[in-house]
Amino acid sequence: MAFIELKDIDAGYEKGKPILKNFHLSVEQGELVSLLGPSGCGKTTTLRTIAGFIMAEKGSVTIGGKDYTNVPPNKRNIGLVFQNYALFPHLSVFDNVAYGLRRRKVSKPEIAKRVADVLHLVSLKGYEDRLPAQLSGGQRQRVALARSIVIEPELLLLDEPLSNLDAKLRDEMRAELSRLQHQLGITMIYVTHDQIEAMSLSSRIIVMNEGLIEQSGPPEDIYEYPATPFVARFVGFDNRIDGTLTRLESKSVHVDVQGVEFISTRPSPNLSKQDEGKSVSLYFRPDDTQIGVEPGKNAFEVTIDFSNYQGNTTQYAMHLGSHALRAVVPGKPIADGTDRTVFSIPPDKVIAEKGVR
Amino acid sequence: MKNSKLLILITAMVFIFLIGPFIMIFLTSFSSDAIMRFPPKGFTMSWYAKALNIQMFRTTFWVSLQTGLLATATAMLLGVPVAYANIRFNYRGKGTLELLFSSPAIVPGMVIGFALLRFFVYVSNIPIVIGLYLGHTAILFPYTVRVVSASLRNFEGDIEQAAISLGSTPLHAFFAVVLPNIRSGLVAAFILAFITSFNNVPVSLFLTGPGVATLPIQMLSYMEYYYDPTISALSSIIIVLTVIVVQSAEKLLGISKYV
Repeated sequence: MAFIELKDIDAGYEKGKPILKNFHLSVEQGELVSLLGPSGCGKTTTLRTIAGFIMAEKGSVTIGGKDYTNVPPNKRNIGLVFQNYALFPHLSVFDNVAYGLRRRKVSKPEIAKRVADVLHLVSLKGYEDRLPAQLSGGQRQRVALARSIVIEPELLLLDEPLSNLDAKLRDEMRAELSRLQHQLGITMIYVTHDQIEAMSLSSRIIVMNEGLIEQSGPPEDIYEYPATPFVARFVGFDNRIDGTLTRLESKSVHVDVQGVEFISTRPSPNLSKQDEGKSVSLYFRPDDTQIGVEPGKNAFEVTIDFSNYQGNTTQYAMHLGSHALRAVVPGKPIADGTDRTVFSIPPDKVIAEKGVR
Repeated sequence: MKNSKLLILITAMVFIFLIGPFIMIFLTSFSSDAIMRFPPKGFTMSWYAKALNIQMFRTTFWVSLQTGLLATATAMLLGVPVAYANIRFNYRGKGTLELLFSSPAIVPGMVIGFALLRFFVYVSNIPIVIGLYLGHTAILFPYTVRVVSASLRNFEGDIEQAAISLGSTPLHAFFAVVLPNIRSGLVAAFILAFITSFNNVPVSLFLTGPGVATLPIQMLSYMEYYYDPTISALSSIIIVLTVIVVQSAEKLLGISKYV
């Protein structure tokens, strides 16, 4: 049994209108899992269900083998880090960090020692007497982090902790979170809508959409082999062409798109011999597209709707039959006056997945 | 440019209408004339001495002060939990209940006064002082709910949840984290409610009776018999006290954003 198990969970903010339906999630001890998805996908609801602020209408929550389904949030020993830091405005940095220890009736000298240690860990030594209002955004988030790990929680939940910080600070904090995770070996669940953040931090990414898990796997898998149209789009496979599967081989797949043959050397593991003759979808990224020389395999003649010169690259909007496509190609726009040209896509840059119907 | 001249004119007029009466009262309180009249003639402090020496003013001042403080304290004790519940929770009939809570601020004071008179004095036979206290509590309650709600709305719920995740029960989190951070809102609610009670005429009019009056009621009945500047002097004292209290609370806590 995994360290954290959510089973058959129905949960939401309003009774009878669950955002999560029959939801399952398991996380192993020491994992750093990201819940990735657009707003409203249920990632924060999942986090709050684990933290205990949303009580599941149905199903069970197990952490470390203990049933937590009906345990109130103040008895769960889970660290929580919020997007807006949620520091206690009237308390000093020291008192903010000491809050959880005082609730646990830890002795005074012990509190002093543990607060000093954790402030050292997040490089905030010397800031003990400051109020939150006297700190920068990055420092506030480090206090929030210190406050949540000083209680030695069983797991740490982070709800978009970096999205209020500017880009440079975000990179720094990301590195710091990574370091802390390695140093403390604490299980973390990290909610974000930022793909890059999820990619660079997590050992596993769970992509969520409309209260369901679309795909779960290591960052490379999510990025290279998105399993659903939603995930493909989410990680930047903006182009989709539908066709018919003509032949499936062990490492390649042949697809017929309106008379043009496409080869993909990245067939989805979901495809099988039985899918031959059925519809499949091909996905590729705009910046993997090339300007082809002549029609042939993986090359297609398209109608250009407009081109947009961006300096290093040129962006094209075009369409192939009824499919609207985007391409980003190095160099200047092709000569004016041509609205039809040939584009191609290397076979190892195309994913073939079961058709959407 | 034409617009700004018009704006200055309107602003000036508003100020004259708002501040003018106070200045009139203030000036007439020093008049040596035995009748309240404008412009005042001469200068004397004797009306202040007289105002402070009239026994009925002293007695009713204490009645007003005690009623105001007790009723405000009670309204706060009721208003804070109600405000908290309305901000944090969603429940069936919340809108109706909110309307009901604010009804004493919407229904005319005369109507409330009369209704309370019927209920307290004729039906329940409650002593006058108690009726006065209960009546004031009822009219102050919506003010405390509203001002405390405003300050709670500015306070992020995440902060409370952070406290709970660190081991506080919801009740402890409320006292340890919520209350200290809405302190200025609480003070603002207290001052506003107290001033409302202290100045109230319509409800007090019905709920006072033989031997028991509040200061404003006593001032009204004094004016029915004597039209000398004593009332001006007394009013000036009250205005100055109010300004001192509100100004110092504003300086210390910045309460104006909640009222």
